[in-house]
Amino acid sequence: MSESLMVSAVDIHKSFGTNEVLKGITLEVKRGEVMCLVGPSGSGKSTFLRCINHLERINSGRLMVDNQLIGYRESNGKLHELKPSEAAAQRVGIGMVFQKFNLFPHMTALDNVISGMIRVQKIDRATAIAEGTELLKRVGLADKLDHYPAHLSGGQQQRVAIARSLAMKPKLMLFDEPTSALDPELVGEVLDAMKELAQSGMTMIVVTHEMGFAREVADSLVFMDGGVVVESGDPQEVLRSPKHERTRTFLSKVL
Amino acid sequence: MPLRHPIRWAAAFYFVLIGVAFVVDALHRSAYEWKAFYKYIFDVRVFKAAGVTLSLTAISMFIAIIWGVALAVMRRSPNPVFRQVSWFFIWVFRGTPVYVQLVFWGLLSTIYHSFFIGIPDIHFGHFYLGIHIPISQTASLYWLAIIGLSLNEAAYMAEIVRAGLLSVDEGQEEAATSLGMSWWTTMRFIVIPQAMRIIIPPTGNEIISMLKTTSLVTAVPLITDLYARTRNISDEIYNPIPLLMVACAWYLFFTTVLMFIQYFVEKRFARGHSVLRVSHE
Repeated sequence: MSESLMVSAVDIHKSFGTNEVLKGITLEVKRGEVMCLVGPSGSGKSTFLRCINHLERINSGRLMVDNQLIGYRESNGKLHELKPSEAAAQRVGIGMVFQKFNLFPHMTALDNVISGMIRVQKIDRATAIAEGTELLKRVGLADKLDHYPAHLSGGQQQRVAIARSLAMKPKLMLFDEPTSALDPELVGEVLDAMKELAQSGMTMIVVTHEMGFAREVADSLVFMDGGVVVESGDPQEVLRSPKHERTRTFLSKVL
Repeated sequence: MPLRHPIRWAAAFYFVLIGVAFVVDALHRSAYEWKAFYKYIFDVRVFKAAGVTLSLTAISMFIAIIWGVALAVMRRSPNPVFRQVSWFFIWVFRGTPVYVQLVFWGLLSTIYHSFFIGIPDIHFGHFYLGIHIPISQTASLYWLAIIGLSLNEAAYMAEIVRAGLLSVDEGQEEAATSLGMSWWTTMRFIVIPQAMRIIIPPTGNEIISMLKTTSLVTAVPLITDLYARTRNISDEIYNPIPLLMVACAWYLFFTTVLMFIQYFVEKRFARGHSVLRVSHE
């Protein structure tokens, strides 16, 4: 595997019971690349994202992040499942932002951001607070440190969630429909935070319906449907002149 | 003009009237023997017995909460052995009456003569690989009562805690997991603190319930608690009524204090939730 690759997925299959959700996904994400995953609901894009973070276990295929096999260790040509502690260590390097934010409601914005630093990385509280404050400033929430999630708008909550992920200093950030649960007027502030992150050189995979964001920020666009990659390429290209009928139908509905 | 509530006022008047009539009548009724009530309410034996009831409640509840949380967490554990052990324990201890369990604990020394921890068949002369713990006939009835009360209560606490854990959104566990937190760290710092808001009100209820259930320890038989002791004194004076009143007064005093504590604890754990789930009507 090339040094320039952050994610390499080869023939990933995933089923829930008899329902096969991923039917052989193969794709690559370079370091510093921003990839947008689009497609109709039920196409498996969220499931694929969750597999990268090992929140879901794949049934077959090879999934590597930063030259490390996800969820397994290879020795003598056999795959051995990782111990929970090893799997947890892998997840530290992979940030994830959820559609419903999933902030911890019993903690303030700042405590949310530093929770991983303190509980996982065992950084001392003073240092964590300094870094956490800096991160919240970066997403434009310097004045909301002591607010509980219930007292923040959806857009603010999602920006706290982004800061919380960044606190772990991830090499890869996954976004699972980060703006789908937001009121329309709040979408912009979250996309701006993501754009700033993309410009800072972060490798990102974004499941989204925001084609404007895909066109403007993404380096590549992948269209998934029915558990397979239908089409991928330069976002401008794909959005302007999709090659496949299914892509065309989908885009005509969302654009 | 605010809305008037004539029916409310009429009802309130009616019930106050009944209450006053009852109290006036009770004060003059000889069966209550108020003199005996006043004599014994602060009697040193009653005082000590109230202490025993309180300590039975506190220690049993303390063990029950810890063991109950452990059982509930075990039931959600990725380890199937833990899940089954937890299920079995709850099945047995919730499925049989607490009174019967207390009688059983009282008979412990009749059923088992000693505990042996170690490897039974290996010994060098008189030295065994393990330790013998004899259960003497005089095994502390107080501690047997606590074991009986706490194991029974733990089964109920486990179900309460389980409901609390289930109330926490799945996304919380996912978010914590994706930050790299272990299963236990996630439970300890993310899931359990949020579950507390759901767990505390019924737990307050259980503590109050436990305070009253201690009156069953006579089944062990432990006779130093509030109820057994007041019965005992009433046998001396040939009138059970004033001492039942004494016992009721103490039980009611304790439960009232517990209700106040519960109110403030619930407030504390409502942090992050703008609407406090306490009725103000």
